[in-house]
Amino acid sequence: MPLLEITGLKSHYGRIEALHGLDVAVEAGELVALVGANGAGKTTLLRCISGVQPVSAGRLRFEGRDITRARADRRVKAGICQVPEGRQVFGPLSVLDNLRLGAFRRKGADPAADLQRMYDLFPVLADKRHQPAGTLSGGQQQMLAIARALMADPRLLLLDEPSMGLAPLLVAEIFAVIQQLKGQGVTIFLVEQNAHAALSIADRGYVMETGRVVLSDSGQALVENPRVREAYLGL
Amino acid sequence: MLAELVQFLFAGLTAGAIYALVGLGFGLIYNASHVINFAQGEFVMLGGMTTVFAAAAGLPLAAAVAVAILVTVAAGLALEMVAVPTRNASVVTLIIITIGASISYRGAAQAFFDKQFHTLPSFSGEDPIDFLGAAILPQTLWVLGITVLIVIALQLFFHRTLLGKAVLATSHNRLAARLVGINVQLVLLLSFGLSAALGAIAGVLITPITSTNFEVGIMLGLKGFCAAILGGLGSGVGAVVGGLLVGLIEAFGAGYISSEYKDAMAFGIILLVLFFMPSGLFGKRTTERV
Ligand SMILES: Nc1ncnc2c1ncn2[C@@H]1O[C@H](COP(=O)(O)OP(=O)(O)OP(=O)(O)O)[C@@H](O)[C@H]1O
Ligand SMILES: [Mg+2]
Repeated sequence: MPLLEITGLKSHYGRIEALHGLDVAVEAGELVALVGANGAGKTTLLRCISGVQPVSAGRLRFEGRDITRARADRRVKAGICQVPEGRQVFGPLSVLDNLRLGAFRRKGADPAADLQRMYDLFPVLADKRHQPAGTLSGGQQQMLAIARALMADPRLLLLDEPSMGLAPLLVAEIFAVIQQLKGQGVTIFLVEQNAHAALSIADRGYVMETGRVVLSDSGQALVENPRVREAYLGL
Repeated sequence: MLAELVQFLFAGLTAGAIYALVGLGFGLIYNASHVINFAQGEFVMLGGMTTVFAAAAGLPLAAAVAVAILVTVAAGLALEMVAVPTRNASVVTLIIITIGASISYRGAAQAFFDKQFHTLPSFSGEDPIDFLGAAILPQTLWVLGITVLIVIALQLFFHRTLLGKAVLATSHNRLAARLVGINVQLVLLLSFGLSAALGAIAGVLITPITSTNFEVGIMLGLKGFCAAILGGLGSGVGAVVGGLLVGLIEAFGAGYISSEYKDAMAFGIILLVLFFMPSGLFGKRTTERV
């Protein structure tokens, strides 16, 4: 049984259908990458999974349970955590408060130990913990956004373009962290414009075009696929 | 001279504290929902009127106050349930909904209670206290003391508790709040309920001094709105400073210039602020202002 199983998913913005019936599955422990051009519907798919976007047809199952109509906060409690496109940190609140809010739905966890894990993963957050999150650089905000999601102890981590707008050195750092998380057994669904980097570290990948999945294969096979190489890798 | 000044000062602070509570109520609802709640003054009216009638029905004052706060909070929650599902509607629609609510609450108060003016006994006697030659009503000290306690409690709630921070987070970024698992619907209910409770408390505190009837909410709501705009809509510190300033300007203006223009002064302030300082003393987000 896959950890996440999506069948026939459709979603609309007003009357415009953005997703035309998707089938996607993520197994526990996997790192699955989703690539596609601007406007393909990647963000819309992630929003449907995290419950902040209404689903108009199809089903989502998480650990075998139907979550198609579950509220977003219930899904967080169940272990689905999204790092949204554009970071979306709580700018006026301190870094520490952002992290604490990440654990908002966790009862009985030891926040101190979790915070320490985040500071080990991203030491810069420890230095800046009392600063307003809005004063961090773009890369630091991305680290904070990831750490905030990890504070919820996710069973499925959804990452939406975590490398967007970052300098190459930071991109490498973010990807290293993603691999490290995978090594710790976190299941990850990664949306990336940086298709080569994403598919190279992914177990499996999906390629989306205009609201449809057009290809799915192992990460390695997709990197070598001529069609993918031409359309997404610029090779 | 000094006695007169102190007298005006306390009059201004007392009215200002009430405006501050109303202004804080505006800010709580605005931050959570971006709705400007023109029924805020009716919360004050409901607090005062319900206390009067519950006390008249034989309840001890404290119990009557508790009933009044509960009734007003229920009115606030009802407003949230009507206004917020339509939050994708335009600002104008939402303003009209809250204006409609204010008319309904006034009508309900007129029907359930009456059209007369009513007062409550002061909490601890009517004998004025002499302070630097001025005569200070004991109720004035209740107004100021309870306002200070409420401001401290709100400060602790928003800066020391995770729930308070969740409310701040929701007002800053609703999408991100949902993604960390905050139930935004509950935050909205909490904000409307808290705002109604603040209004009700203001109404209870001021009734022994100014008395109340079903229409007092109109003027108090507008003055509180001036306070919120002057301080910067959505800023807690701003609402308190704005409220005290409006109260003081009114009291000194009425005392030294003319009491004819007392109400006009508050509205003069709001026009000046909107022209020259649209984000108020402590506000930030001019772009989202209505
Ligand atoms: N809020 C919205 N209202 C209306 N249409 C939208 C909205 N958001 C996205 N769309 C449309 O839905 C489609 C899918 O958009 P989506 O943001 O999911 O794409 P994406 O693959 O994430 O693109 P990008 O790589 O630019 O982030 C696009 O055609 C887009 O124009
Ligand atoms: Mg996107």
